[in-house]
Amino acid sequence: MSDVAIAGVGIHPFGRHKGVTALQMATVAARAALADAGMKWSDIQYAVGGSFEVDNPDAMVAFMGLTGIDFNNVYNGCATAGSALSLGVAAIRSGRYERVLVVGMDKHPTGAFTSDPTGYACPAWYGEMGYFLTPKFFAMKINRYMHDHGISVETLGRVAAKNYRNGSLNPNAFRREPLTVEQIVGSRMVNYPLTQYMFCSPDEGAAALVLCRAEEAPRYTDSPVFVKAVEVRTRRYGAFEVHSPSAPVERVAAPTTDVARAAFEAAGIGPEDVDVAQLQDTDAGAEVIHMAEVGLCRDGEQEKLVADGATSIGGSMPINTDGGLIANGEPIGASGLRQLHELTLQLRGRAGERQVPERPRVGLAHLYGAPGTSAVTIVAR
Amino acid sequence: MPQRPIEDGLFTWPVPDPPNRAALIGARCADCRAVTFPASPGCPRCGADRMEAEDLPTRGTLYTWTTQEFLPKEPYAGPETAQTFQPWAVGYVELGDVLRVEGRLFDVDPAALDFGMELDVVVRPFTIREDGTEVFTFGFAPAAG
Repeated sequence: MSDVAIAGVGIHPFGRHKGVTALQMATVAARAALADAGMKWSDIQYAVGGSFEVDNPDAMVAFMGLTGIDFNNVYNGCATAGSALSLGVAAIRSGRYERVLVVGMDKHPTGAFTSDPTGYACPAWYGEMGYFLTPKFFAMKINRYMHDHGISVETLGRVAAKNYRNGSLNPNAFRREPLTVEQIVGSRMVNYPLTQYMFCSPDEGAAALVLCRAEEAPRYTDSPVFVKAVEVRTRRYGAFEVHSPSAPVERVAAPTTDVARAAFEAAGIGPEDVDVAQLQDTDAGAEVIHMAEVGLCRDGEQEKLVADGATSIGGSMPINTDGGLIANGEPIGASGLRQLHELTLQLRGRAGERQVPERPRVGLAHLYGAPGTSAVTIVAR
Repeated sequence: MPQRPIEDGLFTWPVPDPPNRAALIGARCADCRAVTFPASPGCPRCGADRMEAEDLPTRGTLYTWTTQEFLPKEPYAGPETAQTFQPWAVGYVELGDVLRVEGRLFDVDPAALDFGMELDVVVRPFTIREDGTEVFTFGFAPAAG
């Protein structure tokens, strides 16, 4: 079984791009990733494309070139990029293919995501009642978490302020204006205790990775980054998850905890080895909860860690160094590949103003979304 | 005006008067005894497919809550417009030691909500459909003593 390396990364800036289609953005990202790897499109034998809005991500071959390759499309909620990467990595590990493109793209309308609840195993009345909304659930989850573990509203404000600050250093970010804790906490209430500037927004963008066999990585890059693990898990009975008309009183670990454990086991390392992490910060509370769920700290320790700046770029546990979802928005198919793009730059030591000091060795990327699906990828150099 | 519940089989209907206490209708797994709401055709805990209808406890305690401060997009079917919308509170209420059920919180100032407060299941008017039918839904309100 071959190990897998990231030979190249590419991104189309996230934000609002009037007149540019998702497939055009995906083409920009894919060409950038190929150029980064020094490959041609005709070198790619297999591709996986992820999107929520685009029916057929593989249609980008019209712009890339009709080479006739095996190209598969995936959608798995906010974990779409984790699923796409998982398939791409498996194709190389199994020996079936040697050079693979993984690409994600989306172009969402403004406002909270909505869908047909019955497609999420929820009854129609749940949507008619106005309950089929993710921000509302995340607000309820963090409200209880703050009560149980002593997390303050100021901590939510600090997390968002840190991500906007990191986004201001990222030329590809959607939101590049730093905001103060006071501006964030004092902005319009959306779902108590979460305010407008604590949330990410659906937006537009694309990101791509070129993967190759680890042995061949030196042909394409002088600073290869290796995929040590990529895992996807769904919720178990007793997890308190989004889009649930009811939840059992008995609680088990969240899918994020399950998937992080599986990824650490597969990678043969532990949370203490992680030098830089990109966590799903759908809202500031989600970043706080996910810090503990992936195992970077214990429940309640976030209050002091965040206040002390541990999760800032210069801290002991840098999180969302490119601004995360809060500063980049969430084009669902691309979001997780944006995380891997950032981790690759960080591990190469080429993240510019955002570079984590003492060039990190191990990075972790985490996705979480409806209806309780999570993905964790661990990379190392 | 004709009246109907938002969904048949979701709560006792019509609401008995007295005692004027509605009950939500769940289902219990005949094998592992896990309870679902709404009634599910299969057990999420053990995977069995023999589920029996069961009324849930009518009183519970508030596990968590939030406020809904913007008008939801479709498929929301409430009567408000952007002009008339008023924020509401919604939460999960732990009914007995059985299940936490999500629902609108009525008759309470959101600022007065607190973890563990006692709430009763209630049935309230929700909207009037184009054909003139008045639709009722369930929620929770501070316990009546």
